[in-house]
Amino acid sequence: MASNDAASQVNQGAGFMGWLNKRLPVNKFISDQLLEYYAPKNFNVWYFFGSLALLVLVMQLVSGIFLTMFYKVGDTTAFESVEFIRREVSYGWLIQSLHAIGASAFFVVVYLHMYRALMYGSYKAPRELLWLFGMFIYLALMAEAFMGYVLPWGNMSYWAATVIINIFSTIPVIGPGLVEWIRGDYGVADATLNRFFSLHVVAIPLILLLLVALHLVALRQVGSNNPDGIEIKENKGSDGKPVDGIPFHPYYTVKDIVGVGFFLTLFAVVVFFVPTFGGLFMEEANFEPANPLSTPEPIAPSWYFTPYYAILRAVPNQRIGALLLLLAVLAFFFLPWLDRSPVKSVRYRGLWFKGMLAVFTVSFLALMYLGLKPASASYVNAARVFAIGYFSFFVLMPLYTKWDRVKSVPKRVSFHE
Amino acid sequence: MSKSIVLALSLLFTPWALAAETAAEPAAEPAAGAAVEGAAEAVNWQDLKAGNEVSNISSLQEGARNFSNYCLGCHSMKFMRWSRMCDDLRVPKAECQANLMPPNAKPADYMVSSLRAEDAVAWFGKEPPDLSLIARSRGVDYIYRLFKTFYVDPAKPTHTNNLVLDGIAMPAVLSELEGVKTAVYKNVDVVVDGKPSVQKVFDHFSTTSPGQLTEAQYDKFLRNTVNFLDYAGDPTQVDRRSIGIWVVLFLLAFTGIAWLMKKDYWKDVH
Repeated sequence: MASNDAASQVNQGAGFMGWLNKRLPVNKFISDQLLEYYAPKNFNVWYFFGSLALLVLVMQLVSGIFLTMFYKVGDTTAFESVEFIRREVSYGWLIQSLHAIGASAFFVVVYLHMYRALMYGSYKAPRELLWLFGMFIYLALMAEAFMGYVLPWGNMSYWAATVIINIFSTIPVIGPGLVEWIRGDYGVADATLNRFFSLHVVAIPLILLLLVALHLVALRQVGSNNPDGIEIKENKGSDGKPVDGIPFHPYYTVKDIVGVGFFLTLFAVVVFFVPTFGGLFMEEANFEPANPLSTPEPIAPSWYFTPYYAILRAVPNQRIGALLLLLAVLAFFFLPWLDRSPVKSVRYRGLWFKGMLAVFTVSFLALMYLGLKPASASYVNAARVFAIGYFSFFVLMPLYTKWDRVKSVPKRVSFHE
Repeated sequence: MSKSIVLALSLLFTPWALAAETAAEPAAEPAAGAAVEGAAEAVNWQDLKAGNEVSNISSLQEGARNFSNYCLGCHSMKFMRWSRMCDDLRVPKAECQANLMPPNAKPADYMVSSLRAEDAVAWFGKEPPDLSLIARSRGVDYIYRLFKTFYVDPAKPTHTNNLVLDGIAMPAVLSELEGVKTAVYKNVDVVVDGKPSVQKVFDHFSTTSPGQLTEAQYDKFLRNTVNFLDYAGDPTQVDRRSIGIWVVLFLLAFTGIAWLMKKDYWKDVH
């Protein structure tokens, strides 16, 4: 195992590096964050998605910079400029595809990253704040994706914006005024498009980067959880290092590169061979320019919002529906305090938690599917059943995590190679 | 890298890619009432498939010619330049200018119809849609079905109607090729609100005057034209797939090497 002595005795180097390290803690940073940062040795595939989320973030920023060079914001120019990028800018089709499909990839990766936290109890103490920063990233990402979706100014852009912004009109008293304030007009219009562009390329990316930085700092402070939910810091060897820990670099840097390879291969298959992904990643209706006189049937938001959209539509009363939509998103924030179980990982939990996690998983996926379908009676009834499943995972959590017969957690992590 | 690997990969991905891309087309509206059984035709019109092949250059060339002769009079393709289209379809410059482009057009011009919008509105009630992205927004099968189901309907101002798009504003411009068809209906017993009643549903077409082409020739004409619209909707798609094979091969090799490196680094972790 390649390790220096103590983190405080960082090699300052000679020559230029020595000069630099006296003025900027380059080597200290590398040592603290990579060489002397101990991660549990038993990470499985679920632990790839954090680094992959960072990769997708960078990919979105870079492709977004190039798209902004050619995109022309405005209700008469936006649609044509996107088509210009796809057809006449050198490799514009590739950059545009990377960015549009990257948005979906971001949510695939983030949902799997969040699901990992549910399975292994990564939100539980001492990682509550880490989880909250992650949830704020998720909120910012939803805003970023929604506004980005409006920018091509296709017909689904227009109508999805109309429907989603109208959800705010259900807020008592201030609702109608608020909706007008968000749109900057009496309907979704040029003013809306321009402000969404500004927020999409400047404001929200800044917030996202700040939150990602906080998420990473908080992670370094408490250390990573692992599939066994065992705190490796509580079991240190005579050298003061966790016996079940290995330095992040080189072990997890080389391992994450394998994850990157797998991810990019799948991503490239989509980008080059199935870019629309059967209408999920690029909708047919968005290849028609925005048209306030022609409503696409059915109006469905992007697949990553459809679980919440299905919940909204499952309630006859619009105001209560919007409230439940909000609660469905916010419920995740309360997980650290809803969970009363003494163990973290699903591996050592009892049947109650396992059963409820299964109910939640099925409900979430079913709602995602139903949100893409037209609001027919049978679909809406099914959405009601699954919405109950979705909320019972959260609402009943303080009870079933208490009743649950947990197994005893070993001192050492289980490691299979 | 050997050619056979490339071929195998392209076989692996391409049909799947095409299937997934065409799977999402909006379904045709179902016929009212009971199931429609084509008496003469073996296939229901709702199940007709374009079956076009966007990598087939000669089919695209014929489609471009059909587009120029039959569509461009009214419909523009405003995101497509003549020069780019003729380059992609390997049509020589001189031939492109002589046979495809309107006399006053320049190679770098977009493919725009000379029909004025206000005339179109006066004559047809609406502006003909731009066809640059029609294959992406509606799907190739939709367009193919549309042009297989024009029929005479004296009740309409254009004397034309269509099974896919009821009350279509567009006249049956291809009837000189396909022939003139009328719809033959049959009575079907259905139960509405618990009461038996009789409903008139479409049964089959009968050709009242034949066109210049046989049915097989017309289908080919249509397939080529739809193929051209498919190409125009996404002109880089053929390039994209051929680049994609190499990108995926590279990434597979990269992942393999990364995996070996990981195994080597991790051999002392127990």
